[in-house]
Amino acid sequence: MRGAPERLTGEGVPIRFDKLGVVIAVIAAYAAFAAPFATFRANRIVPGQARSMLEALPAATGPLLLAIVVVAALVALFKTPLLLRLAASAAALAALALLIGVAGTFLTPTGNTFARISPASGFWILIFAFTLLLADVLTRLELSPWARVGVLVVASAAVALLLISGSWNDLSILKEYANRADSFWAEGSKHVTLALGSLLAAVIIGLPLGILCHRVERLRASVLNVLNIIQTIPSIALFGLLIAPLGWVATHVPAAAALGIRGIGTAPAFVALFLYSLLPVVANTVVGLAGVPRAANDAARGMGMTDRQRLFGVEFPLAFPVILTGIRIVLVQNIGLATIAALIGGGGFGVFVFQGVGQTAMDLVLLGAVPTVALAFAAAIILDAVIEMTATRRREASPA
Amino acid sequence: MIEIEGITKRYDATAVVDDVSMVIEPRTIAVIVGTSGSGKTTLLRMINRLVEPTAGVIKLDGADNRSLPGYELRRSIGYAIQGHGLFPHRTVAQNIATVPVLLGWDKARIKARVDELMTLYQLDPEAFGPRYPHELSGGQQQRVGVARALAAEPNVLLMDEPFGALDPIIRTKAQEDLLTIQKRFGTTIILVTHDMEEAVHMGDKIAVMDAGKLVQYAKPAEILAKPASAFVETLVGASERPFRLLSLGRVRDAVEKGTAEGEAIPGDASQRDALAELLWSGRPALPVRDADGKPLGRVTLDGLVKRSARPA
Repeated sequence: MRGAPERLTGEGVPIRFDKLGVVIAVIAAYAAFAAPFATFRANRIVPGQARSMLEALPAATGPLLLAIVVVAALVALFKTPLLLRLAASAAALAALALLIGVAGTFLTPTGNTFARISPASGFWILIFAFTLLLADVLTRLELSPWARVGVLVVASAAVALLLISGSWNDLSILKEYANRADSFWAEGSKHVTLALGSLLAAVIIGLPLGILCHRVERLRASVLNVLNIIQTIPSIALFGLLIAPLGWVATHVPAAAALGIRGIGTAPAFVALFLYSLLPVVANTVVGLAGVPRAANDAARGMGMTDRQRLFGVEFPLAFPVILTGIRIVLVQNIGLATIAALIGGGGFGVFVFQGVGQTAMDLVLLGAVPTVALAFAAAIILDAVIEMTATRRREASPA
Repeated sequence: MIEIEGITKRYDATAVVDDVSMVIEPRTIAVIVGTSGSGKTTLLRMINRLVEPTAGVIKLDGADNRSLPGYELRRSIGYAIQGHGLFPHRTVAQNIATVPVLLGWDKARIKARVDELMTLYQLDPEAFGPRYPHELSGGQQQRVGVARALAAEPNVLLMDEPFGALDPIIRTKAQEDLLTIQKRFGTTIILVTHDMEEAVHMGDKIAVMDAGKLVQYAKPAEILAKPASAFVETLVGASERPFRLLSLGRVRDAVEKGTAEGEAIPGDASQRDALAELLWSGRPALPVRDADGKPLGRVTLDGLVKRSARPA
């Protein structure tokens, strides 16, 4: 275990600690030696028993995983080459992902279909620590936007491969999934539809509203204030507030009822998410348009562009990266918020979360929470890449 | 010809431009000088109707500038501003092509015009055309800004402190380039500046503005010799007056008969440069040669000193 630092001093390189690496190493050491790796429960709702890394894995693999974690933590601790850090974090994450499945199979008594094995705090903390290391390395490598999306695709493919191969099938979260495979995908698509649909509606309404606020100064403060107030209403309260008006619409407008608009269900969830989305879209449109250089605007007018030509030819392209940042905020926010829609029958991954809370079945909560977090994370990475591409396209040198 | 007749712009009760009338002859450069807040920029912006006047008429070649929609009028008038106002998301070639594209020229004609202007401004179209404005130096950006203003071959070019952001050496070069191009295209230029040096150097006529009023509108020599008010006199700068007067004349116009020793000075240098050379080298006279090296005579310290005195 002391090989890494000795090799470094042997080459005459002074030992230097990596600031973030110290934190990662401390966290990893705690998780590997003091925290439980997996939890064993006789059935899905009884309290679990903790299993350490060595107890949870078959004979040779326990020490092997411990060794991988310790080496990776040491690589993180000292100032080491970026590629080495990349390899260490990827190897640690891959080993953890593979071996948690092995632990599931190993800890499940043969033929017992009631016992539940789930990852415990130690596993999650290790995943967190090495994801932090990986994220740090990827940031320091200054990857191009396409490369970052590529990393996301590779990581998603690896997870998909593990899921399809069945190596995680003995873990509790996948046992919950097996019981609800049909409704999982139905709620998933409802979740995505809700988040993306309300975003789309917010963009369709919010962009023109933002442009209007930019052009008409008197409107700006009042519109932004109203949207700000909406943003401060807690989501559950907003759902409640919407029940009465939407219920009224449903009983008095037959066409609305036919469209599925009711006091509870998808409609109020959609409206609430839409209202929350408006502020970031409108505010970023206003800020983006205000950031267009005065001289460029003056020149555009002075050369005879009409207001429309100036808007689409100059102001909008220049404000676009800022507007896109607003859309990114909305998308990530909506993917998370859509979980609450389940409270009023709006569907989505929140259904599993609230069922799980009701049944004190944490695995079911995770079945709703993990895909939500993964979706939000992926959306953030993809939109960040898009923002960077639109912002840098004009800065790229194009030598003749 | 641009006729400005009794033009006034009021914001609330304050008149920013107050009953200004002046005529700018075709193919000349009129420079509007004044301190900040004198209304010079507002006056300029009323010519292409970026600002609508409260009262008065502006005629371009006899036609009221309100006979066209504002945007169409502006497409026919070149417009260059301080800090160039280039579009950061468009390439140099796209920037220059802005007005021709708005006017719907065909692609071949636009490309030919862009290449012509870039060549004229010593920017290789192949190398600089596809670049973005931020990749150019300040001087290059300024040249692209003026090239863009000239792209649709306007008869009139409005310039609002176009050289304000340039360092002195590049500014002098940009001024020379503009004079050359003005002669070549015969463009009528109205240039706003707060720099009297620039005004005397560039202007066929100078308009001095103070608190919204046109104080004096005359040839540079007259502004120097007979300032209409104490304000104009301050603006001209009492200690600079004789040198500015000399800077208006060419050496060949001050040549006397005779010969002199030493390095010759070209006939088209300014008399101010000749005086500086005489003072610096401690000589009483300089030989003058024309562009072909043929001797024209000499220029003397006494002669120049007489010319720099207040004209009668």
